[in-house]
Amino acid sequence: MSNILGYRRASPGTQPDYLHAPYLSSIKRAPKHSPIHLPHTLTEITGPVFDPSMIDVKASDLTQQHAAAPIGERIIVSGRVLDEDARPVPHTLVEIWQANSAGRYRHAVDQHNAPLDPNFSGAGHMLTDEHGNFRFVTIRPGSYPWRNHYNAWRPAHIHFSVFGPAFASRLVTQMYFPGDPLLPHDPIFNCVPDEAARNRLISQFDWESTVFDNALGFKFDIVLAGRDSLPWESVSK
Amino acid sequence: MKLTATTWQTVGPFFRIGLERFYVSDLTFPGIAGERIEIRGRVLDGDNEPVPDAVIEIWQADAHGKYFRAENVAREKKNEKMFRGFGRVSTSDDGSFHFKTIKPGAVAAPDGTLQAPHIAVSVFMRGLLRRLTTRMYFPGDTANADDFVLHKVDPARWQTLIAKSSATDKNLLEWNVLLQGADETVFFNA
Repeated sequence: MSNILGYRRASPGTQPDYLHAPYLSSIKRAPKHSPIHLPHTLTEITGPVFDPSMIDVKASDLTQQHAAAPIGERIIVSGRVLDEDARPVPHTLVEIWQANSAGRYRHAVDQHNAPLDPNFSGAGHMLTDEHGNFRFVTIRPGSYPWRNHYNAWRPAHIHFSVFGPAFASRLVTQMYFPGDPLLPHDPIFNCVPDEAARNRLISQFDWESTVFDNALGFKFDIVLAGRDSLPWESVSK
Repeated sequence: MKLTATTWQTVGPFFRIGLERFYVSDLTFPGIAGERIEIRGRVLDGDNEPVPDAVIEIWQADAHGKYFRAENVAREKKNEKMFRGFGRVSTSDDGSFHFKTIKPGAVAAPDGTLQAPHIAVSVFMRGLLRRLTTRMYFPGDTANADDFVLHKVDPARWQTLIAKSSATDKNLLEWNVLLQGADETVFFNA
Protein backbone atom coordinates (compact mmCIF):
# COMPACT_ATOMS: atom_id res chain seq x y z
CA MET A 1 0.00 0.00 0.00
CA SER A 2 1.48 3.27 1.05
CA ASN A 3 4.54 4.51 2.91
CA ILE A 4 3.27 8.07 3.35
CA LEU A 5 3.90 9.50 6.80
CA GLY A 6 1.63 12.41 7.61
CA TYR A 7 2.18 15.21 10.10
CA ARG A 8 0.83 15.22 13.64
CA ARG A 9 -2.34 17.13 14.44
CA ALA A 10 -2.60 19.71 17.19
CA SER A 11 -2.33 18.62 20.82
CA PRO A 12 -5.58 19.42 22.65
CA GLY A 13 -5.81 22.96 24.00
CA THR A 14 -2.71 24.21 22.21
CA GLN A 15 -4.19 25.59 18.96
CA PRO A 16 -6.95 28.20 18.67
CA ASP A 17 -10.47 27.50 17.47
CA TYR A 18 -11.59 29.62 14.53
CA LEU A 19 -14.37 31.23 16.54
CA HIS A 20 -12.92 33.00 19.58
CA ALA A 21 -15.67 35.39 20.64
CA PRO A 22 -13.46 37.79 22.66
CA TYR A 23 -11.63 38.45 19.38
CA LEU A 24 -14.50 40.22 17.62
CA SER A 25 -13.17 39.92 14.07
CA SER A 26 -13.47 36.13 14.31
CA ILE A 27 -17.27 36.24 14.55
CA LYS A 28 -18.04 36.99 10.89
CA ARG A 29 -14.99 35.19 9.58
CA ALA A 30 -14.91 31.86 11.40
CA PRO A 31 -16.60 29.10 9.37
CA LYS A 32 -19.66 27.52 11.00
CA HIS A 33 -18.92 23.99 9.79
CA SER A 34 -16.19 22.00 11.48
CA PRO A 35 -13.22 21.33 9.20
CA ILE A 36 -13.25 17.91 7.55
CA HIS A 37 -10.41 15.60 8.53
CA LEU A 38 -8.02 15.30 5.60
CA PRO A 39 -5.57 12.39 5.70
CA HIS A 40 -2.24 13.74 4.52
CA THR A 41 -1.33 12.88 0.95
CA LEU A 42 1.64 13.76 -1.22
CA THR A 43 0.06 17.21 -1.54
CA GLU A 44 0.23 17.90 2.20
CA ILE A 45 3.62 16.29 2.95
CA THR A 46 5.40 18.32 0.26
CA GLY A 47 5.66 22.08 0.34
CA PRO A 48 7.10 25.24 -1.17
CA VAL A 49 10.88 25.49 -1.50
CA PHE A 50 12.80 28.74 -1.03
CA ASP A 51 16.51 28.67 -1.86
CA PRO A 52 19.33 31.12 -1.13
CA SER A 53 19.03 32.73 -4.57
CA MET A 54 15.63 34.10 -3.50
CA ILE A 55 16.86 35.66 -0.26
CA ASP A 56 18.06 39.21 0.34
CA VAL A 57 20.94 38.68 2.79
CA LYS A 58 20.42 42.18 4.18
CA ALA A 59 16.81 41.42 5.11
CA SER A 60 17.73 39.86 8.47
CA ASP A 61 18.92 43.20 9.88
CA LEU A 62 15.95 45.55 10.10
CA THR A 63 18.16 48.32 11.52
CA GLN A 64 20.30 48.56 8.36
CA GLN A 65 17.68 48.95 5.66
CA HIS A 66 17.79 52.76 5.42
CA ALA A 67 20.19 55.70 5.47
CA ALA A 68 20.23 55.95 9.26
CA ALA A 69 19.39 53.78 12.24
CA PRO A 70 15.75 53.50 13.31
CA ILE A 71 14.66 55.03 16.62
CA GLY A 72 14.17 52.47 19.35
CA GLU A 73 15.78 49.89 21.58
CA ARG A 74 17.94 47.66 19.37
CA ILE A 75 17.34 43.95 20.00
CA ILE A 76 18.49 40.63 18.59
CA VAL A 77 15.79 38.02 18.18
CA SER A 78 17.21 34.57 17.64
CA GLY A 79 16.14 30.99 18.04
CA ARG A 80 15.70 27.68 16.32
CA VAL A 81 12.99 26.18 14.20
CA LEU A 82 12.44 22.62 15.43
CA ASP A 83 9.87 19.91 14.93
CA GLU A 84 7.99 18.17 17.74
CA ASP A 85 10.73 15.55 17.94
CA ALA A 86 13.22 18.39 18.58
CA ARG A 87 14.84 17.89 15.19
CA PRO A 88 16.08 21.13 13.60
CA VAL A 89 14.24 22.38 10.52
CA PRO A 90 17.04 23.57 8.22
CA HIS A 91 16.90 25.94 5.24
CA THR A 92 13.31 27.00 5.79
CA LEU A 93 11.94 30.48 5.15
CA VAL A 94 11.22 32.65 8.20
CA GLU A 95 9.48 35.97 7.55
CA ILE A 96 8.84 38.63 10.21
CA TRP A 97 6.98 41.92 10.36
CA GLN A 98 6.33 44.39 13.17
CA ALA A 99 5.40 47.91 14.25
CA ASN A 100 8.10 50.51 14.85
CA SER A 101 9.14 51.60 18.34
CA ALA A 102 6.21 54.02 18.51
CA GLY A 103 3.69 51.25 17.76
CA ARG A 104 3.01 52.17 14.13
CA TYR A 105 3.18 49.88 11.10
CA ARG A 106 4.36 51.16 7.75
CA HIS A 107 1.03 50.18 6.20
CA ALA A 108 -1.69 52.32 4.60
CA VAL A 109 -4.39 50.85 6.82
CA ASP A 110 -2.59 51.72 10.07
CA GLN A 111 -3.90 55.13 11.10
CA HIS A 112 -2.67 55.05 14.70
CA ASN A 113 -1.64 58.55 15.71
CA ALA A 114 2.03 57.68 16.27
CA PRO A 115 4.94 58.69 14.06
CA LEU A 116 6.30 56.63 11.21
CA ASP A 117 10.05 56.19 11.27
CA PRO A 118 11.64 56.91 7.88
CA ASN A 119 14.44 54.52 8.83
CA PHE A 120 12.28 51.53 9.68
CA SER A 121 10.25 49.33 7.32
CA GLY A 122 9.53 46.60 9.86
CA ALA A 123 9.94 43.55 7.61
CA GLY A 124 12.62 40.89 7.44
CA HIS A 125 13.24 37.38 6.18
CA MET A 126 15.92 34.71 6.12
CA LEU A 127 16.44 30.99 5.72
CA THR A 128 17.30 28.97 8.81
CA ASP A 129 20.80 27.50 8.73
CA GLU A 130 21.55 23.77 8.67
CA HIS A 131 20.82 23.58 12.43
CA GLY A 132 17.51 25.42 12.17
CA ASN A 133 18.90 28.68 13.59
CA PHE A 134 17.64 32.13 12.70
CA ARG A 135 18.77 35.57 13.93
CA PHE A 136 17.21 38.95 13.27
CA VAL A 137 18.48 42.36 14.37
CA THR A 138 15.62 44.81 14.88
CA ILE A 139 14.19 47.29 17.37
CA ARG A 140 11.70 46.52 20.10
CA PRO A 141 8.21 47.20 18.70
CA GLY A 142 5.80 49.48 20.54
CA SER A 143 2.31 48.63 21.76
CA TYR A 144 -0.61 50.10 19.86
CA PRO A 145 -4.34 50.58 20.37
CA TRP A 146 -7.00 48.66 18.45
CA ARG A 147 -10.75 48.65 18.45
CA ASN A 148 -11.59 45.23 19.79
CA HIS A 149 -12.86 46.39 23.19
CA TYR A 150 -12.72 49.46 25.45
CA ASN A 151 -9.21 50.95 25.61
CA ALA A 152 -7.74 47.86 23.96
CA TRP A 153 -3.98 47.80 23.33
CA ARG A 154 -1.99 45.00 21.75
CA PRO A 155 1.02 43.81 23.73
CA ALA A 156 4.29 44.41 21.85
CA HIS A 157 4.80 41.59 19.35
CA ILE A 158 6.64 40.48 16.24
CA HIS A 159 4.77 38.45 13.59
CA PHE A 160 6.47 35.26 12.39
CA SER A 161 5.66 33.21 9.28
CA VAL A 162 7.41 29.83 8.83
CA PHE A 163 6.99 27.14 6.18
CA GLY A 164 8.84 24.02 7.34
CA PRO A 165 9.14 21.05 5.02
CA ALA A 166 5.50 20.60 4.04
CA PHE A 167 2.15 22.21 3.31
CA ALA A 168 1.06 20.61 6.60
CA SER A 169 3.87 22.23 8.64
CA ARG A 170 2.98 25.84 7.82
CA LEU A 171 2.86 28.19 10.84
CA VAL A 172 2.09 31.85 11.39
CA THR A 173 2.43 33.13 14.93
CA GLN A 174 3.38 36.14 17.05
CA MET A 175 6.28 36.51 19.48
CA TYR A 176 5.76 38.52 22.67
CA PHE A 177 8.11 40.00 25.27
CA PRO A 178 8.53 38.87 28.88
CA GLY A 179 6.79 40.94 31.54
CA ASP A 180 4.45 42.79 29.18
CA PRO A 181 1.55 44.04 31.38
CA LEU A 182 -0.84 43.87 28.41
CA LEU A 183 -0.55 40.10 27.95
CA PRO A 184 -3.30 39.10 30.44
CA HIS A 185 -5.74 41.42 28.62
CA ASP A 186 -5.07 40.41 25.01
CA PRO A 187 -7.67 38.11 23.42
CA ILE A 188 -5.27 37.06 20.67
CA PHE A 189 -2.52 35.97 23.06
CA ASN A 190 -5.16 34.31 25.27
CA CYS A 191 -6.74 32.30 22.45
CA VAL A 192 -5.94 28.83 23.81
CA PRO A 193 -6.74 27.24 27.19
CA ASP A 194 -3.30 25.65 27.61
CA GLU A 195 -1.29 28.13 29.68
CA ALA A 196 2.04 26.51 28.91
CA ALA A 197 1.29 26.81 25.17
CA ARG A 198 0.49 30.50 25.58
CA ASN A 199 3.64 31.12 27.56
CA ARG A 200 5.74 29.58 24.79
CA LEU A 201 4.76 32.57 22.65
CA ILE A 202 6.73 34.79 25.03
CA SER A 203 10.39 35.20 24.16
CA GLN A 204 13.03 34.96 26.87
CA PHE A 205 15.62 37.60 27.64
CA ASP A 206 18.99 36.01 26.89
CA TRP A 207 22.46 37.08 28.08
CA GLU A 208 24.21 34.79 25.60
CA SER A 209 22.89 36.56 22.54
CA THR A 210 22.99 40.03 24.12
CA VAL A 211 25.79 42.00 22.44
CA PHE A 212 27.97 44.16 24.69
CA ASP A 213 27.37 47.88 24.17
CA ASN A 214 24.98 47.15 21.33
CA ALA A 215 21.74 45.18 21.70
CA LEU A 216 19.64 43.06 24.07
CA GLY A 217 19.07 39.45 23.08
CA PHE A 218 15.72 37.63 23.10
CA LYS A 219 15.34 33.91 22.40
CA PHE A 220 12.32 32.48 20.64
CA ASP A 221 12.21 28.87 19.50
CA ILE A 222 9.53 27.83 17.02
CA VAL A 223 8.14 24.30 16.93
CA LEU A 224 6.44 22.89 13.83
CA ALA A 225 4.26 19.79 13.64
CA GLY A 226 6.25 16.57 13.84
CA ARG A 227 5.99 13.54 11.61
CA ASP A 228 3.51 10.77 12.38
CA SER A 229 5.27 7.64 13.53
CA LEU A 230 2.86 5.30 11.78
CA PRO A 231 2.04 5.17 8.08
CA TRP A 232 -1.18 6.42 6.64
CA GLU A 233 -3.31 3.28 6.83
CA SER A 234 -2.84 3.08 10.58
CA VAL A 235 -3.78 6.64 11.42
CA SER A 236 -6.44 7.44 8.85
CA LYS A 237 -9.30 5.73 10.65
CA MET B 1 7.13 13.55 20.91
CA LYS B 2 9.29 15.87 23.00
CA LEU B 3 7.90 19.28 22.08
CA THR B 4 4.49 20.72 21.22
CA ALA B 5 3.93 22.73 18.06
CA THR B 6 3.86 26.49 18.56
CA THR B 7 0.40 28.04 18.91
CA TRP B 8 -0.92 29.83 15.82
CA GLN B 9 -1.68 33.55 15.91
CA THR B 10 -3.48 35.68 13.36
CA VAL B 11 -1.60 37.40 10.52
CA GLY B 12 -3.46 40.56 11.60
CA PRO B 13 -4.30 43.47 9.32
CA PHE B 14 -0.75 44.55 8.44
CA PHE B 15 0.72 41.33 7.00
CA ARG B 16 1.41 42.93 3.64
CA ILE B 17 4.61 44.57 4.82
CA GLY B 18 6.00 41.17 5.83
CA LEU B 19 4.58 38.84 3.22
CA GLU B 20 4.57 40.94 0.05
CA ARG B 21 8.18 40.18 -0.77
CA PHE B 22 7.21 36.60 -1.68
CA TYR B 23 3.94 37.34 -3.46
CA VAL B 24 3.62 35.23 -6.63
CA SER B 25 0.44 35.71 -8.64
CA ASP B 26 1.76 34.31 -11.94
CA LEU B 27 3.32 30.86 -11.56
CA THR B 28 3.82 30.43 -15.31
CA PHE B 29 6.81 31.21 -17.52
CA PRO B 30 7.53 30.93 -21.25
CA GLY B 31 7.67 27.34 -22.42
CA ILE B 32 5.96 25.89 -19.34
CA ALA B 33 4.37 22.47 -19.86
CA GLY B 34 0.65 22.21 -19.24
CA GLU B 35 -2.66 23.86 -19.80
CA ARG B 36 -2.52 27.51 -18.73
CA ILE B 37 -5.35 28.62 -16.47
CA GLU B 38 -6.37 31.74 -14.65
CA ILE B 39 -8.16 31.55 -11.32
CA ARG B 40 -10.29 34.47 -10.21
CA GLY B 41 -12.21 34.59 -6.99
CA ARG B 42 -13.38 36.59 -4.03
CA VAL B 43 -13.26 36.07 -0.29
CA LEU B 44 -16.56 36.92 1.43
CA ASP B 45 -17.46 37.00 5.13
CA GLY B 46 -20.59 36.00 7.03
CA ASP B 47 -22.41 39.16 5.88
CA ASN B 48 -21.39 38.44 2.29
CA GLU B 49 -19.07 41.44 2.56
CA PRO B 50 -15.71 41.32 0.80
CA VAL B 51 -12.66 40.49 2.90
CA PRO B 52 -10.04 43.02 1.77
CA ASP B 53 -7.30 41.75 4.05
CA ALA B 54 -6.84 38.06 3.32
CA VAL B 55 -3.76 36.23 2.07
CA ILE B 56 -4.21 33.25 -0.20
CA GLU B 57 -1.41 30.75 -0.70
CA ILE B 58 -1.54 27.91 -3.21
CA TRP B 59 0.58 24.78 -3.56
CA GLN B 60 0.31 22.51 -6.56
CA ALA B 61 2.04 19.91 -8.68
CA ASP B 62 3.29 20.51 -12.22
CA ALA B 63 1.52 19.29 -15.33
CA HIS B 64 3.02 15.81 -14.81
CA GLY B 65 1.76 15.55 -11.23
CA LYS B 66 5.20 16.21 -9.71
CA TYR B 67 5.74 18.56 -6.78
CA PHE B 68 8.84 20.76 -6.75
CA ARG B 69 11.38 19.48 -4.23
CA ALA B 70 14.51 20.93 -2.63
CA GLU B 71 16.61 18.48 -4.66
CA ASN B 72 15.36 20.21 -7.82
CA VAL B 73 17.16 23.46 -6.98
CA ALA B 74 20.54 22.20 -8.19
CA ARG B 75 18.96 20.62 -11.27
CA GLU B 76 17.11 23.83 -12.02
CA LYS B 77 20.37 25.79 -12.04
CA LYS B 78 21.85 23.54 -14.72
CA ASN B 79 18.78 23.00 -16.83
CA GLU B 80 15.71 24.91 -17.79
CA LYS B 81 13.32 26.64 -15.43
CA MET B 82 11.08 24.37 -13.38
CA PHE B 83 7.57 24.86 -12.06
CA ARG B 84 7.80 25.88 -8.40
CA GLY B 85 4.14 25.32 -7.56
CA PHE B 86 3.83 28.09 -4.94
CA GLY B 87 1.64 31.15 -5.21
CA ARG B 88 0.77 33.89 -2.71
CA VAL B 89 -1.43 36.96 -3.15
CA SER B 90 -3.52 39.19 -0.94
CA THR B 91 -7.08 40.22 -1.68
CA SER B 92 -8.01 43.65 -3.06
CA ASP B 93 -10.51 46.06 -1.51
CA ASP B 94 -13.34 44.14 -3.21
CA GLY B 95 -12.13 40.84 -1.74
CA SER B 96 -10.86 39.63 -5.10
CA PHE B 97 -7.74 37.66 -5.90
CA HIS B 98 -6.33 35.98 -8.97
CA PHE B 99 -3.59 33.58 -10.00
CA LYS B 100 -2.18 32.57 -13.36
CA THR B 101 -0.93 29.00 -13.30
CA ILE B 102 -1.29 25.66 -15.05
CA LYS B 103 -3.63 22.78 -14.41
CA PRO B 104 -1.69 20.28 -12.28
CA GLY B 105 -1.42 16.64 -13.24
CA ALA B 106 -2.90 13.92 -11.09
CA VAL B 107 -1.02 13.06 -7.89
CA ALA B 108 -1.03 9.68 -6.15
CA ALA B 109 -3.39 9.05 -3.28
CA PRO B 110 -2.00 7.19 -0.27
CA ASP B 111 -3.59 3.93 -1.45
CA GLY B 112 -1.71 4.13 -4.74
CA THR B 113 -4.65 5.23 -6.88
CA LEU B 114 -4.68 8.75 -8.32
CA GLN B 115 -6.28 11.82 -6.79
CA ALA B 116 -8.18 14.16 -9.08
CA PRO B 117 -6.13 17.21 -10.11
CA HIS B 118 -6.32 19.79 -7.34
CA ILE B 119 -4.62 22.82 -5.85
CA ALA B 120 -4.04 23.05 -2.08
CA VAL B 121 -5.06 26.41 -0.66
CA SER B 122 -4.29 28.22 2.62
CA VAL B 123 -6.33 31.26 3.63
CA PHE B 124 -5.06 33.68 6.28
CA MET B 125 -6.67 36.91 7.48
CA ARG B 126 -7.28 39.24 10.37
CA GLY B 127 -9.93 37.55 12.49
CA LEU B 128 -8.61 34.06 11.79
CA LEU B 129 -6.32 32.93 14.59
CA ARG B 130 -5.01 30.17 12.33
CA ARG B 131 -5.17 29.49 8.63
CA LEU B 132 -8.01 27.78 6.85
CA THR B 133 -7.05 25.05 4.40
CA THR B 134 -9.07 23.88 1.45
CA ARG B 135 -8.62 22.54 -2.09
CA MET B 136 -9.67 23.75 -5.52
CA TYR B 137 -10.72 21.08 -8.02
CA PHE B 138 -11.32 21.41 -11.77
CA PRO B 139 -14.71 21.56 -13.47
CA GLY B 140 -15.60 18.70 -15.77
CA ASP B 141 -12.70 16.51 -14.72
CA THR B 142 -13.99 12.94 -14.75
CA ALA B 143 -11.50 12.01 -11.99
CA ASN B 144 -13.46 14.12 -9.49
CA ALA B 145 -16.07 11.38 -9.17
CA ASP B 146 -13.49 8.98 -7.72
CA ASP B 147 -11.40 11.37 -5.64
CA PHE B 148 -11.00 10.00 -2.13
CA VAL B 149 -10.89 13.47 -0.55
CA LEU B 150 -14.08 14.61 -2.28
CA HIS B 151 -15.65 11.39 -1.02
CA LYS B 152 -15.15 12.62 2.55
CA VAL B 153 -17.38 15.60 1.69
CA ASP B 154 -21.18 15.76 1.40
CA PRO B 155 -21.77 15.81 -2.40
CA ALA B 156 -24.11 18.78 -1.90
CA ARG B 157 -21.02 20.81 -0.90
CA TRP B 158 -18.70 19.65 -3.73
CA GLN B 159 -19.59 22.75 -5.70
CA THR B 160 -17.70 24.86 -3.15
CA LEU B 161 -14.51 22.97 -3.99
CA ILE B 162 -14.88 22.69 -7.78
CA ALA B 163 -14.17 25.88 -9.70
CA LYS B 164 -16.53 27.10 -12.45
CA SER B 165 -15.40 27.69 -16.04
CA SER B 166 -16.18 31.02 -17.59
CA ALA B 167 -18.82 30.77 -20.33
CA THR B 168 -16.46 32.44 -22.80
CA ASP B 169 -13.10 31.01 -21.79
CA LYS B 170 -12.80 27.50 -20.42
CA ASN B 171 -9.35 28.28 -19.01
CA LEU B 172 -10.68 31.12 -16.89
CA LEU B 173 -11.88 29.62 -13.62
CA GLU B 174 -13.99 31.24 -10.95
CA TRP B 175 -13.51 29.94 -7.42
CA ASN B 176 -14.67 31.83 -4.34
CA VAL B 177 -13.95 31.43 -0.65
CA LEU B 178 -17.13 31.85 1.41
CA LEU B 179 -16.41 31.90 5.12
CA GLN B 180 -20.02 31.37 6.26
CA GLY B 181 -23.53 31.02 4.88
CA ALA B 182 -25.46 28.43 2.88
CA ASP B 183 -22.60 28.03 0.41
CA GLU B 184 -19.82 28.06 3.01
CA THR B 185 -16.65 26.68 1.47
CA VAL B 186 -15.58 23.24 2.64
CA PHE B 187 -12.44 23.57 4.76
CA PHE B 188 -10.21 20.71 5.79
CA ASN B 189 -8.23 19.97 8.89
CA ALA B 190 -4.85 19.67 7.25
